[in-house]
Amino acid sequence: MEFPISGVTINPFYLVGIGFLVGILGGFFGVGGGFIAGPMLFWTGMPINFVVGTDLAHMTGKSIVAAKRHRALGHVDFKLGFVMVAGTVIGIEIGAQIIELLEATGSVDLVVGIAYVIILLLISGFTAWESIRALRMIRSERLDVKDVIAFEFVSRRMHSIKIWPMISFPQSGIASVSLWVVIGVGFVTGVLAGFLGVGGGFIRMPMLVYLIGVPTHVAVGTDLFEIIFSAGFGTLTHALKGNVDIIIALVMGTGAAVGAQIGAVSTRFFAGPRIRLLFSVLPLIGAIMVLIRLITDSGGV
Amino acid sequence: MEINTRHLIRNFAIEIILYGILVAIYFFLVLRALSPWLTTLYDENLTLYAFVALLLIVAQSVVLEWITAFLVERLGLERLE
Repeated sequence: MEFPISGVTINPFYLVGIGFLVGILGGFFGVGGGFIAGPMLFWTGMPINFVVGTDLAHMTGKSIVAAKRHRALGHVDFKLGFVMVAGTVIGIEIGAQIIELLEATGSVDLVVGIAYVIILLLISGFTAWESIRALRMIRSERLDVKDVIAFEFVSRRMHSIKIWPMISFPQSGIASVSLWVVIGVGFVTGVLAGFLGVGGGFIRMPMLVYLIGVPTHVAVGTDLFEIIFSAGFGTLTHALKGNVDIIIALVMGTGAAVGAQIGAVSTRFFAGPRIRLLFSVLPLIGAIMVLIRLITDSGGV
Repeated sequence: MEINTRHLIRNFAIEIILYGILVAIYFFLVLRALSPWLTTLYDENLTLYAFVALLLIVAQSVVLEWITAFLVERLGLERLE
């Protein structure tokens, strides 16, 4: 099928397949999945500007489906999502400004690439290590619980910061936390997302769990809720620049609608640490993909 | 448990087939019909195209979520979630 807006010819079933695959991952882990969908679109011969814009449009749609399903399961903390969005949006803008500054020095690709690999490897390694420890705790202490965090002292310390105004998030089981801590976490994830040029789901989900102390299932649902706004905003700005082939995004969305529901419902069958352990593989895949690109670009291969 | 799993897989397969038929109809009727209009809009009025694009992706997601949720409910999958 020919897609005249981006000028490419792609089998629509391939697009539905990408949507379905990324939909499952998104619904289960609360990520946008751009680090997988992006390269798969790029391999079809689609220009890179269209890859980024179209992927964001597809991400918006998929996150709506997955977040609605997670809401039905009681996994979305709307209050937390709205508070974090404020910090995230400001952070994304600052991250993008840092990129512009780096572009002036001419070393943006290398700096961002190396930072991307280091951050992803750290997230992957820490999440895997922590979730294995949490699973061992459940087994050795015979705990009959859905979620255990091995490093709960980090979120407890964050909760002990008493800077007015204090705010509660009953849906996440948080009695009192400073508003600035939540906005700050949103801001940091936003800066990283803007700096690395990604949606930020794989940064935000672990931060919600480890820094704010949100249960894993709620972190997944709330993260998806946030992605609706961040990816929606990105879709609009990219579409205004002519970087979105909406027909391709709509075709991908048909597969994503089913995949996202399967992913979201599947979280019910897994305990929090097990979701985090499986999640730890995603940043690793992303890091390897960027590493390959860095080595190829530098002529090392 | 085994009966439940078999029941779940059977219902899921039915849902996928029904959904596949609906998506095929959607491809040929809606997307093919929309494609020339959206291409013209992209060439002539990028601002309007941007807002229409966002509206379309949001509307499609809401409708598809409604359809799949309806299928899940009608086929009794929700009892096994």
